[in-house]
Amino acid sequence: MKERFILIDKRIFRQTEFYLLGIIAVLSFFLTLINPKFLTLENWFDLLRSNVFLGIVALGELVVLISGGIDVSFTATATIAQYIMGLIISTYYIDNVLIAFLIPIPIGIALGAINGVLVHYTRVHPVIITISTLNVFFGFLMFLSGGKWLYNFPPSFRNFARVQAFSLTNPKGGEYGFSIFILFWIGLAILTWVILKYLPIGRKIYAIGGNREAARRAGFNLFRIQLFVYCFMGALAGIASFVHAELNQMIQPNSLVGRELDVLAAAILGGASVFGGAGSALGVFLGVCLIAIIKNGLILMRAPAYWHEVIMGAIIVGAAAINAYQRKLKAKREGEIIAQ
Amino acid sequence: MPNNPLSKARDPQILILIFILIFISIFFGVLTGGRILTVQSLQAIAFQLPLLGLLTLAQMTPMLTGGIDLSVVSTANLAGIIIAISMTQLGLSPLLAIILGLALSLGLGALKGFLVAFISIPAIIATLGMMIFIRGVALVITKGYVIAGFPSGFLFLGDGTILGVPLPFIIFLISAIVLYILLNRTRFGIELYLLGSNPTATLFSGVNNRWVTFRVYLLSSFLAGIASIVMTARFNAAQADYGESYLLLTVLACVLGGVNPSGGFGRVSGLVLSTVILQVVATGFNLLRLSSHLASALWGIILILAIVTNRLILARES
Amino acid sequence: MPAISQETQTKPYLALHQVSKKYGGVVALKGVDFTILPGEIHGLVGENGSGKSTLVKIITGVVRPEKGARIEINGQKVEISNPFAAFCLGIQVVHQDLSLFPNLSVAENIVYHRYLEKSQRVVNWRAIEAEATQIMDKLGVELSPQVEVSHLPVADQQLVAICRAIASEARLIILDEPTSSLTRREVNRLFSFLKELKAQGISVLFISHRLDEVLEISDRITVFRDGQKVGTFNQEEVDKNRLSFLMTGKEISFHPVKGTTSESKTEVLKLENLTKKGQYEKVSFSVYRGEILGLIGPRGAGRSEVALTIFGLNPADEGKIYFEGKSVVIDSAQRAIQLGIGYVPENRLLQGLVLEHSVENNLVITVLDQIIGKAGLTDQQKKRNLSQKAVRDFNIKTETVEVPVKTLSGGNQQKVVLAKWMLTSPHLLLLDNPTHGVDVAAKESIYQSIKELSQRGLSFIFISDEEIEVLNNCDRILVMKNGQIIGEFSPAEVSEEELRKMILE
Repeated sequence: MKERFILIDKRIFRQTEFYLLGIIAVLSFFLTLINPKFLTLENWFDLLRSNVFLGIVALGELVVLISGGIDVSFTATATIAQYIMGLIISTYYIDNVLIAFLIPIPIGIALGAINGVLVHYTRVHPVIITISTLNVFFGFLMFLSGGKWLYNFPPSFRNFARVQAFSLTNPKGGEYGFSIFILFWIGLAILTWVILKYLPIGRKIYAIGGNREAARRAGFNLFRIQLFVYCFMGALAGIASFVHAELNQMIQPNSLVGRELDVLAAAILGGASVFGGAGSALGVFLGVCLIAIIKNGLILMRAPAYWHEVIMGAIIVGAAAINAYQRKLKAKREGEIIAQ
Repeated sequence: MPNNPLSKARDPQILILIFILIFISIFFGVLTGGRILTVQSLQAIAFQLPLLGLLTLAQMTPMLTGGIDLSVVSTANLAGIIIAISMTQLGLSPLLAIILGLALSLGLGALKGFLVAFISIPAIIATLGMMIFIRGVALVITKGYVIAGFPSGFLFLGDGTILGVPLPFIIFLISAIVLYILLNRTRFGIELYLLGSNPTATLFSGVNNRWVTFRVYLLSSFLAGIASIVMTARFNAAQADYGESYLLLTVLACVLGGVNPSGGFGRVSGLVLSTVILQVVATGFNLLRLSSHLASALWGIILILAIVTNRLILARES
Repeated sequence: MPAISQETQTKPYLALHQVSKKYGGVVALKGVDFTILPGEIHGLVGENGSGKSTLVKIITGVVRPEKGARIEINGQKVEISNPFAAFCLGIQVVHQDLSLFPNLSVAENIVYHRYLEKSQRVVNWRAIEAEATQIMDKLGVELSPQVEVSHLPVADQQLVAICRAIASEARLIILDEPTSSLTRREVNRLFSFLKELKAQGISVLFISHRLDEVLEISDRITVFRDGQKVGTFNQEEVDKNRLSFLMTGKEISFHPVKGTTSESKTEVLKLENLTKKGQYEKVSFSVYRGEILGLIGPRGAGRSEVALTIFGLNPADEGKIYFEGKSVVIDSAQRAIQLGIGYVPENRLLQGLVLEHSVENNLVITVLDQIIGKAGLTDQQKKRNLSQKAVRDFNIKTETVEVPVKTLSGGNQQKVVLAKWMLTSPHLLLLDNPTHGVDVAAKESIYQSIKELSQRGLSFIFISDEEIEVLNNCDRILVMKNGQIIGEFSPAEVSEEELRKMILE
């Protein structure tokens, strides 16, 4: 199975996943030299845990990007989903994590469906549609909530945040663990991979992103595919918002909005194409890990945290430049002329 | 304008915008009991509008080429920080500080133009990376703090009036007029519009596509630099992440103003109208003591309605 | 495949009776009867707008015919109400753009229809690849099922598109201009492939502007004109001249229209050992004043690459270019225009015009520096005068110069492209396959314009796919192959057959 995966996705594997693994390895090597703490499981568990939100929504963005779309409204979707969840469980004092977990998902799907319907029927570029819905969703939330923060959730909700898949002891005797939320992330990454690779809908998503007109002629139901894509993004935004609320034990209506483009950057770094048709769950997972390592490395190097944006920006521009340069060389070899 | 690169068939768009503006003015005029039409309110609008207006003008030229500049706001912020530091820490005169700020904007514009035009990175990725990079540099410089306290000569640019007309508004109008002339009456402008619709055809007609695209980002960043002057002077402060919510709003305002996101079409007059509409809605909500967030929700709804109407009209035509 | 008995062979696979179609008030198709036999290759020819594409749209369920039409498949009346219905009846179209998914593998492209089946819950990669391989084997196509389609050359993509049609059990495959981007060698491969289909009892509807190829491959040929069927002919009954007469209703001679050969020997352009790695090697030739120089050769031979080098968009690695006696370096299109060189690209709609914009701006784009007046601003009056003069000179039929070019007819759009280059007062025009995908009547008018302009002293390099075209219209012919000039001829000393042989060998 592994062998076939590599064969089919040969090009992508070579280009993105491979480079990302390489960069991560080199970076890890140097960071370990600078601060041996970097290569401890404790640090890695912590690093992964603090990026679960980013990791989950980046998977959703990946699927949208593959289909040839884009979604910048998911921060508002996630905020609405977690806010409603917070209101319900604190108002009715629902002391059950499973119910809390299940509340944001349908909300995310419903808001995603609005995007899907609008994108399909207006045929306007999805970035425009989702900018509009971002404004609408977030505007209404802030208006209705008055920007009020929510906290003081039932005990089960608080305790769940401390659940570890397993825990270990460090040499100094302190205990640390593998947060359950990292399992959420990994599970969803695998789910996304399976959908994209082994379900007809996943192949249709690649197909529509590769050649939309051909997909239409082939008799694919474009509406259903797009609806699925945006609803999937919504569902993941819902789950991510639950994790976010758990980790912070507090819900602030304005803590997520504004991070749309960071997520987009993570997906692109992971090999998703803004033109659709390309990208993989593994790549995006590695992309998020790379971002996490850079942030973490700066902390371990005791560099001010705000340097990470400078480095991130430089990496994105650098990666895109290398990519563009390769494309140009290829075009030159084939005697093509690039107009723009 | 017989010389406009847009065909006559596009004129209805401007008429629709004027119609929306009139409708919204009457709507808020009635709801506020006429308060929105007082000199005071109009002046408030004229004070608040230029920042979004200038940033939207900055967003317009990349969008006309089918690109986008996600870094307009961060460029404006970094330029504002340079202006602020020049005055407060280096003790330079406001004029010199402004020149430094504009020079920095041009430098950033050149870098973006280089990446998009000469390295051929898709605009959305290049400017996304640049946005994060520029914001990072701004954070590193300011360490996240606000820089404030400028000489009154500089602040006049933000709160002064000439014959009752707010200075920021005058700056906005002059910028819009200059941009209009650049787009409609120069070689660069004609090439830009044609390139936006079909870059292959312009290349085969002897247009230097790279050079045109390069100048587009130069121009866009320069306008972002002008916006930074107004922003810094009005807020009497500069910070790494001011006005970030404006970024997506500039795209929204462009589209509402009739700019085609795939390039080639869009008028300065449409943009001016669309920013006025957005500002009237904001001011109207303010006068009615309604949440500004409700206004931003309404902006989104207006755009979606405009798009859906457009779609329905097109569907009926075909 | 069992052999098809004589009895069923005579019964048509597809039969249309009295099929008409109106768009608004315009009649696109009028009372057409049409049949396709099983295992037949049926050529379909007609000028643009003759009703061919409407017929195909009806057969494939994209549009519905007017009342009174009757469509039969294997003698049974059917309704083809949507593309999916056509698909279920075994009718498949291979569009000119192939409609493949570039980012998916060959196997997935061939058996994509499995994804449409409700029973298919999980993608079985092994089964998909096996099925695709089986189909390719059946037709003798040797491609790795796992390779991504975007990595294949166009000719292979074409085969993938046809395999895909076979995969969904097509009984009739409609090929829309399948050879327009293939080299002759690839066309041969396609044709032997089509014969393989025919042997298996699959019918092919072959639509093309290239009459030679239609005559070569078809069993029967149907001609359309003005929305009506002119007739269906057996291949032996017609030849090229007959077909073009039937298509246009006009006698169009495929004989030389050229009169004078230019006697003057003023050199306009001279190339000396021009070389570009991977594209062409040691290319040397001259073009004289008022001369039409034909450049022919298979696609990929380096013809367009040389032309683009002369136009400054594809600088050479080595060699020298002399223009009007002076050694020049042409490193940009701007420089080429300055020297007096113009380039008419192969694809006018994509490369030659900005369709959504005004006729005026499309015309003046090459001469913008002529309309710059005071303070670097455009002189609106000058711009208007210039564009209106071009419209008059070339007799372009347009309401005003402000309307978008896309509102003009095809012929008038071509005139706009030519006019915009004439505004630059060029000394040399490079024509890259100017009659590609153009119907017979329009071809004639293009030849005529070239002739007239050359008599006024303009020189041309005329790149072409068709031997007969350069023979009839050029003063001198260069044959290019594998990046090299392999021969130079005067049209009098070489025949169509000889030229073709040279190109194919």
